[in-house]
Order: sequence, then C-alpha cells, then structure tokens
Amino acid sequence: MAITKETVEYVAHLARIQLEEHELEKLSAQLKSILDFIDQLKKLEVSNIKPTSHILPINNVLREDTRGESLAVEKTLMNAPRKEGNFFVVPKVIE
Amino acid sequence: MELYKLTGHELLKKLSSKEITSEDISLALKKRIKETDPRVKAYVRTDKSGTEAKRIEARDNSALKGIPVSIKDNICTDGLNTECSSRILTGFKPPYDATVIKKLKVSGASILDLKTNMDEFAFGSSTENSFFGPTRNPWNLECVPGGSSGGSAAAVASDEAIMALGSDTGGSIRQPASFCGVVGLKPTYGRVSRYGLIAFASSLDQIGPITKDTEDSALLMNIISGHDPFDSTSACVDVPDYTKSLGMDIKGLKIAIPKEYFVEGLDPQVKSSIEEAINELKKLGAEIKEVSLPHSEYAVPVYYIIATAEASSNLARFDGVQYGFRAEDSRSKDESKLISMYKDTRGQGFGQEAKRRIILGTFVLSHGYYDAYYLRALKVRTLIKEDFDAVFKEFDCIVTPTAPTAAFKIGEKIEDPLRMYLSDIYTISANLSGIPAISVPCGFTKNDLPVGLQILAKPFGEETLFRVAHTYEQNTPWHKRRPTL
Repeated sequence: MAITKETVEYVAHLARIQLEEHELEKLSAQLKSILDFIDQLKKLEVSNIKPTSHILPINNVLREDTRGESLAVEKTLMNAPRKEGNFFVVPKVIE
Repeated sequence: MELYKLTGHELLKKLSSKEITSEDISLALKKRIKETDPRVKAYVRTDKSGTEAKRIEARDNSALKGIPVSIKDNICTDGLNTECSSRILTGFKPPYDATVIKKLKVSGASILDLKTNMDEFAFGSSTENSFFGPTRNPWNLECVPGGSSGGSAAAVASDEAIMALGSDTGGSIRQPASFCGVVGLKPTYGRVSRYGLIAFASSLDQIGPITKDTEDSALLMNIISGHDPFDSTSACVDVPDYTKSLGMDIKGLKIAIPKEYFVEGLDPQVKSSIEEAINELKKLGAEIKEVSLPHSEYAVPVYYIIATAEASSNLARFDGVQYGFRAEDSRSKDESKLISMYKDTRGQGFGQEAKRRIILGTFVLSHGYYDAYYLRALKVRTLIKEDFDAVFKEFDCIVTPTAPTAAFKIGEKIEDPLRMYLSDIYTISANLSGIPAISVPCGFTKNDLPVGLQILAKPFGEETLFRVAHTYEQNTPWHKRRPTL
C-alpha cells in the first residue's frame, strides 16, 4: 500500500507534529520504503493466530484503594515551561 | 594502579581490604573522563556538570561500597537532568528516582553525576540520533558505538565507567555491547522494574547492565532485579543469587544454533568469530545442534510496527505543558493556539528519527490500517514467540551473533533508516518474545573491531546465560582487551 504525501501530512497532524516542507518530502519517501518492507508480513496466513499484546501471563494487577505518597505540587510543577500559582499555563483555549 | 581500569568486583575486593576508598575510585574515574571523554563523548552535558560522582556515605557492609555506576539519559535520577538526549526534554530534572536507581543507592552505589549518551528516546542503533551529537566507538573513533545505549557501552569500554545501566527495546544494550567489546544483558521482560525508565515501547523495554565482564553483570542483576509495585508488568518471581551461576561448567548443556541467523547479510568475519566461539563451547562440553526459528525473517517488520505504535502513544506526553521544551511563538496559524503550540513544540523538539517513528506508529494504529498492520504484527509476534518456546522445550539456550556486522562508520547508515533498522536483526526477537539475552565479546575483525556473541535463554533463564557466558569468558581472552585511547 502506497503512502502519499497527503497521508503523511494528515498523520503528522494527528500526531501533533509540525513538519517543514522538506521534511514532508523526505519522510514520505522514507515511510513508503519502510512500509514496502513491512508488507512482507502479508505473505503469512494469520487468520487463526491469536495476537500477543503481553508476552508474559499477566492478569489485572490491583491494590487496595488507599492513600499513598504522592508528589508535592511544587515538585509536580518544577519542570513546567510556564506556570502560575498551582497551575500549568497553556495558550488560551476558549476565545 | 589505575583504578578506573578495574571491574566492579575487583574494586570491591580492594575496598573490603581497605586498600582503597570509594573516593579514590571517584577521583580516578573523574580524571579518566576528563582526559578521554572529549574524544569519546560517552557522556552528555559535560560542560554543565561537575563530573562528580554523587557520593553517598557507603556502609562497609553494602553490596557496592560506593562504587560509581553510570546511567543512561533515559533513566530518571532525582534532581539530576534526564533528557533522553532530546531537545524536547531540555532541562528536565525528574522529581523522583527510578526504582533501579533507588535499589542501586540502597546497595551503596554512587550514581555518577553525568548521564550517558543515547539515540534520542532510544530510537536508533548508532547513537547518532542524539541531540547532543554522536558518541564515538573507543576502538575506532571514526565508528559508531552502536545504540541506543551507545554512551553506556562506550563509557564502559573506554574505562570511563566502572559499570553502567542501559535500556534495551530491540537490542539497545546488546548491540552496542557487541560493537564496543563489553558485556550487555537484556533481562527477561518483567525481571527489572521499568518504573522511572522513560518509556519507548512498554511491551518491549527492559533496563539492564553493561559491564566489563559477566561477574559485574551478575552483581548488578542481583541488585536491580525483582518485583516492584510501581510497575504492574514487573514479575513476582524470586530473584536468585546470580553470582552462584558463575564458575559452573557447561558439560552436557544443550545449545541450539538457529540456521536462519547464518544467512546472507552476516559479515564473513563476524561469522567466523561466531563459529570459533561455537567450537569453543563444544570443547567446553556443550552439546551443539542446529535448529530452525522459521519466523526469524519477520522479526524486524513486526518490531517496527509494534515499537513505533507504542512509541507514538508513549511520546504523546511531550507536549510542551508539563516539562521540557516549549515553542513559544506559534508559527502555524490555521488551528487553535493550543494545537499550534503542541505542533510547533513537537515539530521543533523532536529529531528526525523520533518524528519518523511517531508518524509511522500513528499511521499503523490509525483507522483503516489497524488490522492490516498493528493486529497482524501482534499475531506474527505470537508465531515468533512459539518458535522460541519450541526450541526451549529441548534446549537450554540458543547461541547467535549479536549483530550482523562489527561497528560501522559514523554517517554510513544515517540517511537510510531501513538499513539502520536491519542492524538489530538478531536482537529484536528476544524483545518480541520477552526472553533474556546476553552479548559477550568473542573476537575481533581484521580492523580490530570487537565482535559479540549472543546467548538467549527461556524466560527467567538468566542463570543459564551467566553460566554459559562466564564459562566462555573464563576460557577466552577477549574480555581482557581494551582499546588504546
């Protein structure tokens, strides 16, 4: 299946990545060759195979619903590029 | 006596007999890094850091007695910059220690104040994808050290580290260990807690040791292994004393050689080193037999679907809000200001390989392609796992080359991602199957570049790995050679 420049641009938007025009050209060509390579998987008959999402037998891991230690607000915010009081600052969302 | 040249276990003896102090080691290492790292560039942000091993008051009875351990830039160290060698995490100081760091500190390790270089977010096989520039191979400064844990491997190989931690998602510990002539272990999935490891592909990632020999590897595994309530995928399986596997012989051990690993693409010099190593194992009493892992050829394509899919999800958190870099003046004006901020931050903050993988991962998970790519890859992953299960019913371990070639030249593969991806062709299956694998030095090419031997065992079979690796190591000279710097 061929991946077009338009598809790459759209997927980049979904992934919230701004691409420059030259990046878009280069990436489209590279992704096309990677997907062509990946397409060899189509040779295999897999309709009766179960998918593996977890390699080891792991069940839901639960714990008691009790309060534990958590990060202080100050520590939580210490890496924020912009903050005000107890909040992360983002560009205005509601006009 | 140049203390930086010694292994951890050799230093422990000297510390026990009070011949030296941990401060002596830190000073020696500091001097070594200052002298050789401007050429090797194993560490990052060296201009901003004091090159001090953060010394803790090491108790005499602690396991590591103050020995410094070097840490890859994607493992969180409380208050100490951890940036995944990426622009997008510029300035990030974790507010907590990863579980492995906590365990090391409790065991008396000094955590080196410098972090080791890596491919950005562990995306790569050469350490060229680092925002800080490439690390160089200590055996030949024109060559890559492998990746993504290239900084850790190069630091250990150049005696700029006593021992180090790396992370391995598709070979990122073993392949650089092979390229640099040191020992690298990827533990069983779930053996070591991933809490505080900045996630690349959560179903594949494991932290593991990169060391000068197998004894140090076992020492570190004793410390970092075990269940952690903060990582729900860590296993509730008892941790044996791995050092007890050292010094056992391998008489009668059944070793499988998968024929699919010895085909086109394997460098003839690497091949002959591996064949010699297999002969050596035979001489040491192991029973060797050829087997088939029929789905081996599908490992790389499966990996580049699963790993990128998981990465695209894991890296969604880097959005310029909670930490790291933010693009302040949005240039893309067609959306809301918030979306423009996200897009510009990620467009400017991620390097080329990260963008390539996030976009590929988003694509294979997107509506209309999920079944054709992602679901199909999960199914082929089952087939690859079943290949290994079948072999381990009859054999104790599998032996292969770690990488198809020795270290390649800086710049040689960087423009061709597909060729770069193929340098992990022998290591990826262990991550897809969750099994442990170790790389040990097994020879050199004509150009004096190290070759690595990979040993794989069934889940939680690390003891078998140590048994085979240590026996081989004790009967061969390779691990004793060091590069001239």
